Amino acid sequence: MNAATSGLSWNLVADVRQLFLFSFMVNAFRAGTIVAVLAGALGWFMVLRRQAFAGHTLAIVSFPGAAGAILLGIRATVGYFAAAIGAALVIASVPRSIGGTTRSSESAIIGTVQAFALACGALFVSLYGGFLSGLTNLLFGSFLGISPSQVIVLLAIAGAALAALALIARPLFFASVDPDVAAARGVPVRLLSGLFLVLLGCAAAEVSQITGALLVFALLVMPAATAQLITARPMTSFWLTIAIGLMVVWLGLTAAYYSVYPVGFFVTTIGFVAYGLAAAGRARAARSSRRRLMAQPAGGIA
Amino acid sequence: MPPAERSGTAVRFTDAAVQVGGRTIWSDVNLTVSSGDFMAVLGPNGVGKSTLIKAVLGLIGLSAGGVTVLGRPAGQSGKEIGYLPQRRNFDAGLRVRGTDVVSLGGDGERWGAPFPLGDRLFPERRTARARVREVIDLVGASAFADRPIGEISGGEQQRLLIAQALVRRPRLLVLDEPLDSLDLPSQASVAALISKICREQGMTVMLVAHDVNPIFPYLDCVAYLAGGGAVCGPPEEVITSQTLTALYRTPIEVLRASDGRLVVVGEPEPPARHADRHAGAAGHP
Repeated sequence: MNAATSGLSWNLVADVRQLFLFSFMVNAFRAGTIVAVLAGALGWFMVLRRQAFAGHTLAIVSFPGAAGAILLGIRATVGYFAAAIGAALVIASVPRSIGGTTRSSESAIIGTVQAFALACGALFVSLYGGFLSGLTNLLFGSFLGISPSQVIVLLAIAGAALAALALIARPLFFASVDPDVAAARGVPVRLLSGLFLVLLGCAAAEVSQITGALLVFALLVMPAATAQLITARPMTSFWLTIAIGLMVVWLGLTAAYYSVYPVGFFVTTIGFVAYGLAAAGRARAARSSRRRLMAQPAGGIA
Repeated sequence: MPPAERSGTAVRFTDAAVQVGGRTIWSDVNLTVSSGDFMAVLGPNGVGKSTLIKAVLGLIGLSAGGVTVLGRPAGQSGKEIGYLPQRRNFDAGLRVRGTDVVSLGGDGERWGAPFPLGDRLFPERRTARARVREVIDLVGASAFADRPIGEISGGEQQRLLIAQALVRRPRLLVLDEPLDSLDLPSQASVAALISKICREQGMTVMLVAHDVNPIFPYLDCVAYLAGGGAVCGPPEEVITSQTLTALYRTPIEVLRASDGRLVVVGEPEPPARHADRHAGAAGHP
């Protein structure tokens, strides 16, 4: 029995046991689970609020954040979070009028922040010199180097962010779906929007440590977009988002372990397939319901 | 709910005036809405109809005079007022059911998150859900309430939004241009629905409208805003050539078309709004 060295076999139990033989894999699964739950929860609101571009930018800035931290000799984690939360505050400071008339200026500012952040990242990398292998990890993710202390940091931040989200969830949902009435009812729409961006920044920073700065979308957007396609019930699609996120991460890590390719690729591909299936299913359902309506005799329900 | 307290006064403005940015929008407004009445706030664009509504809600203060709402100063009757802001369209891709939007009318601003499976643990959640079903039935939206709100028609969305405003059993329902941008059949059916709610639930209704015709048969009184002032009274007394001529201080004719529709001729419409704003911003004399 040389499970440690053999590859994938037909014995599922042995495969799973082999997966958890090394502590780095155990840590990777722990970190991946934390990240999937956090990204799912915040991604669900992000997709609902149509703020994917903001989410993407918050993820991108973690690249210069981490590169800058490494350059200065501090922990990369600190850089990830400092950059993401800083960028969230910048984006939140842009007045976003109720009703969405300044949305175009919001996206212009987000784009500006994103371009500048990428340029800073490139500068930090060239200042540092010989850190090219680390660069691939920053951009496309790695699950190899996660230490137990990093897992604890991830857990603490995710716990705090999820607790904060649970506290504001209902009014945030109200403000996302129906900002005018929410404001008239005394919901602090602007404040919630800023708070949400900061929480999204935390999630983006966490996710980019696993998937890399470029593939954060895999966990922030894909599970939420898939779940919201499948059902229009908010509670159901929220929990479905988290379930899809966990599935994507676990399968992605397993695939990455048994191959030589980066984890980000597998996570993204599985997420993409799930979304494609959901979209195809939705299109089919829409087609068949249209056909049913056409087949109905005229003069039914007006 | 019994059609109670028809005799009382729901909203009263006395010698009221409002200034926005140093400019007086209207002044010397005296206006009374009796409990259970269906009142329309009419007038051309830009005369401060929405401002009047905001004063009722207590969102802006008066510069002179006073306003009482349901027996209290404006802004202190929050939960007893159902408010429907000027028409909003839901993004066609928004994958949230109409029912969920309606239930936000009950507890949307409460902090926290809905506990999973809470219906079994908390009886008040079941009561809240029953109330949501009840108002959806009341506005005749049961057939489409479970579809994503972005996929249904404007008239259907408007019915659900009225249901949302009704969840907390308000005593006063305030609607800002609820018929705007609906097609004519929807305008007629939504107007009939609002009138039905007003009669059957004994609810006072204040409705801002651009066009009086779809609601005319249901109205108890109107407030007509123009020329920086307002007249208030029964519709057949207010919407007449004499009253509007006096209000606008320029000759106005109210005509009745052969199909019964009222047409107001000679209304000095203000210049198009965007042109007006440009003039202000550029500082032209």
